[in-house]
Amino acid sequence: MTETLVPFDEVLERYDPAFGLEVHVELNTNTKMFCGCPATFGGEPNSQVCPTCLGLPGSMPVVNAKAVESAIRIGLALNGSIAEWCRFARKNYFYPDMPKNFQTSQYDEPIVYDGYLDVEVEGETFRIEIERAHMEEDTGKTTHIGGATGRIHGADYSLVDYNRAGIPLIEIVTRPILGTGAKAPLVAKAYVAALREILLGLGVSDVRMDQGSMRCDVNLSLSPKGSGKLGTRTETKNVNSLRSVERAVRFEMSRHAGILDAGEAIFQETRHFHEDTGTTSAGRAKSDADDYRYFPEPDLVPVAPSREWVEELRASLPERTADKRARLQVEWGYSDLEMRDVWAAGALSLIEATVAEGASAQAARKWWMAELSRSANDRGVELAELGVTPVQVAEVQKLVDAKTLTDKLARQVFEGLLAGEGTVSEIIDARGLAVVSDDGALGAAVDEAIDAQPAVAEKIRGGNQAAAGALIGAVMKATGGKADAKRVRELILEKLS
Amino acid sequence: MTLIEKTAAELIDALAAGETTSVELTQAHLDRIAAVDGDVHAFLHIDAEGALSQAAASDARRANGDALHALDGVPIAVKDVLTTTGLPTTCGSKILEGWVPPYDATVVKKIKAAGLPILGKTNMDEFAMGSSTEHSAYGPTKNPWKLDRIPGGSGGGSAAAVAAFEAPLALGTDTGGSIRQPGAVTGTVGVKPTYGSVSRYGLVALANSLDQVGPVTRTVLDSALLHELIGGHDPLDSTSTTTPVTGLVDAARAGATGDLKGVKVGVIKELAGEGWAPDVMAKFNESVDLLTKLGADVVEVSTPSFKHAMAAYYLILPAECSSNLAKFDAMRYGLRVTPDGDPSAEDVMKASRDAGFGDEVKRRIILGTYALSSGYYDAYYGQAQKIRTLIIEDFKKAFEQVDVLVSPTSPSTAFPLGAKLDDPLAMYMQDLATIPANLAGTPGISVPAGVSDVDGLPVGVQLLAPVLEDARLYRVGAALEGAIGPVLSIDKLEVAR
Repeated sequence: MTETLVPFDEVLERYDPAFGLEVHVELNTNTKMFCGCPATFGGEPNSQVCPTCLGLPGSMPVVNAKAVESAIRIGLALNGSIAEWCRFARKNYFYPDMPKNFQTSQYDEPIVYDGYLDVEVEGETFRIEIERAHMEEDTGKTTHIGGATGRIHGADYSLVDYNRAGIPLIEIVTRPILGTGAKAPLVAKAYVAALREILLGLGVSDVRMDQGSMRCDVNLSLSPKGSGKLGTRTETKNVNSLRSVERAVRFEMSRHAGILDAGEAIFQETRHFHEDTGTTSAGRAKSDADDYRYFPEPDLVPVAPSREWVEELRASLPERTADKRARLQVEWGYSDLEMRDVWAAGALSLIEATVAEGASAQAARKWWMAELSRSANDRGVELAELGVTPVQVAEVQKLVDAKTLTDKLARQVFEGLLAGEGTVSEIIDARGLAVVSDDGALGAAVDEAIDAQPAVAEKIRGGNQAAAGALIGAVMKATGGKADAKRVRELILEKLS
Repeated sequence: MTLIEKTAAELIDALAAGETTSVELTQAHLDRIAAVDGDVHAFLHIDAEGALSQAAASDARRANGDALHALDGVPIAVKDVLTTTGLPTTCGSKILEGWVPPYDATVVKKIKAAGLPILGKTNMDEFAMGSSTEHSAYGPTKNPWKLDRIPGGSGGGSAAAVAAFEAPLALGTDTGGSIRQPGAVTGTVGVKPTYGSVSRYGLVALANSLDQVGPVTRTVLDSALLHELIGGHDPLDSTSTTTPVTGLVDAARAGATGDLKGVKVGVIKELAGEGWAPDVMAKFNESVDLLTKLGADVVEVSTPSFKHAMAAYYLILPAECSSNLAKFDAMRYGLRVTPDGDPSAEDVMKASRDAGFGDEVKRRIILGTYALSSGYYDAYYGQAQKIRTLIIEDFKKAFEQVDVLVSPTSPSTAFPLGAKLDDPLAMYMQDLATIPANLAGTPGISVPAGVSDVDGLPVGVQLLAPVLEDARLYRVGAALEGAIGPVLSIDKLEVAR
């Protein structure tokens, strides 16, 4: 079946988008949600398991108090209400990566409800309403062997690793977000980015979308412009980066419009996002139809966080992102526009860390927002995923400040870092990137340049300092770009004055 | 009197006095098992080597003055629903044939830590669903009094083992009467402790909100001794109470003096009349008269919601078990049946469960799945939980008037094998008197009331007490037992000396 994809701008002429996001966050607790097994990543398969997380007959769950604490802190940071009393519930379905063939989760009594997050996109603020956040456990990890794509279709057999089974997850669910119009893809991305910043600030998770410690499911529907009714939605999974969130929303909007334009109905289903093409393909039929037969988990007692504990946790929350932004803007002396751009690029924490390592706020902004943003764009990744660290940026800037590197040479260092050539010092040595600032060597090169271009030299002697540019260029070329351009200019003017 | 006819309390004295050794004692019971279990079939697995080696270790400790507990060296049988390392745990089902758990249930840890040699694992209705042990996938257990009769269920194996003098003590489990009802029809003592007072960690769950582990013995004092050993808080069981389990042995000794002055006893009005065999009622009324003679004030008490208990139970239990039994999916342990062709994981799950589960188990899984399904939850499971609240209320009101409640344990004496297999509902009616205590979490005991004037088979009388007041059962139970006199003796059994 060929799909018609309506161009994005046209979609907005006829339809209003509504989207919702379900984000699963893997907590960084020491142990699993319902047992004492280590929750660390990367152990030998099935080495971090016990009767409880293997679902052995007779085993029983015990709640991880730290996970409850993290859930409450997340809820408070999202301006949510914390339930006075809530329970765990069983979500029943069969799958080999589910040791009990039910997931211990929360159903109609989540620990957090009615929160919100304000996000800014191109100067406009949108309030994302958060319906709920609840605690649940992760499943095991299945690897399919033998098929062409590594997915289940066509595989010869599958292997299951239960190390991940039972790791604490917090699922954060938004209400349907309306009224974003053409900005829907950016608002969705901004929400996930903002959520990520908050979770990082709380220290409750690594929130690495590329590693699966933060997973995002994107729900989208269209309704005819101004109709006010919600359309049929599809859910898109395998959205593994901020960029993919934006692209998934954008693609689904175009795809839904194509179907609706043709007078057909949207098939409610779960779709799979493809990174390489930015498209979605059909997965399984959407689980509104699935009956999970939820009932309260009888092996656990209700969780009833005292109001005193909740207030204690509230008092110990880190600074609110909005407050932090405002404070840093003043400290760093950025304009509103500069700060907005920094925020939108996801560079706030990176610049903060770079400044902490001794770089000036202006230098940090220069590197992250220009050179490194360009590199990130070229590679199609987020700044945080680029692989260059704030420590490295600060180190490079220190060398520039010490005049050991010029800006131009610094850019080559970053090139080397991105290519994985080693540490800053290793790259400088290997590529021979030291600035030539020795007056002797420079002097010789300057003399050569003057001799080679007598007409230009005359102009300079005549007072035309701008003409020095041609000579500077020649010296740079002769020194393989390593000359300190400023010093070269000084020497030229000295010699020709 | 031979060794095997001694009570556990008498064996404690004998061991302490050096009149016997644990090896002698354990061997005597193994000999008895060898002699009669071919007919009785109380045991699914007998561990002669293990038991004797544990007995030898016990004797060595005792010789050193290092006995672990009063019961150190007294052999015990364990219902096959509790996990035991080194011994299979089949739950009477083919789906777990040969499964040896990698961990011990907490109650098993406790009896091992006290030095009790474990003779073996006893037979049961498959996954504890039944009232006659005829639903065991390994063949029924026979009532030692008359081998063509049922021993009760689901814990018929433990009751028969103790009744046949194959073991002085046994562990059972009670979800709707599975300790008490077999106790009644075999002339033994069986106790369902207050819900939460004995750990369920390692008890393969049938209905998590109803299950409890309890003692199966020939005397009230023996039950008190075993109950105190296995009771107490377990951090691995989140539903486990923190109130210490003590004072039961003292209560039993106090009761044995035969003075119940000041004790108020309530006869439950609703547990009598149509459906209750006249010979059972006759023996029951005799017991009630005895209570009066012992000084108790006996009144009639009404618990109107008890008439709904059966309906509530047969919704709550199947619902919980349908979820509990989902883990038996051939992926990690247990029977695996791989259909021909290219089966998916789901195909393997279906084939294995179809082959591995018996009809009664399938019946309850289907019932439970239906009761929990979307659109039916409120009408069935939801309503059943409300009835549960009413039953709790009825108990509360009753216990405002009296200290203990009394009723016949079972509506009839041991019926013939096969008599009720074609009529599941008739089978369910066996639990009329015992179910309310499981729904309310209150403790109950069945004490032999005598034998029927019609068929000479045992009749049991049930006592019920408020939550955490298990001691009252032991006091009144011991008094009644003393007044009634011995009911069970080896010469009355079809499997005589």
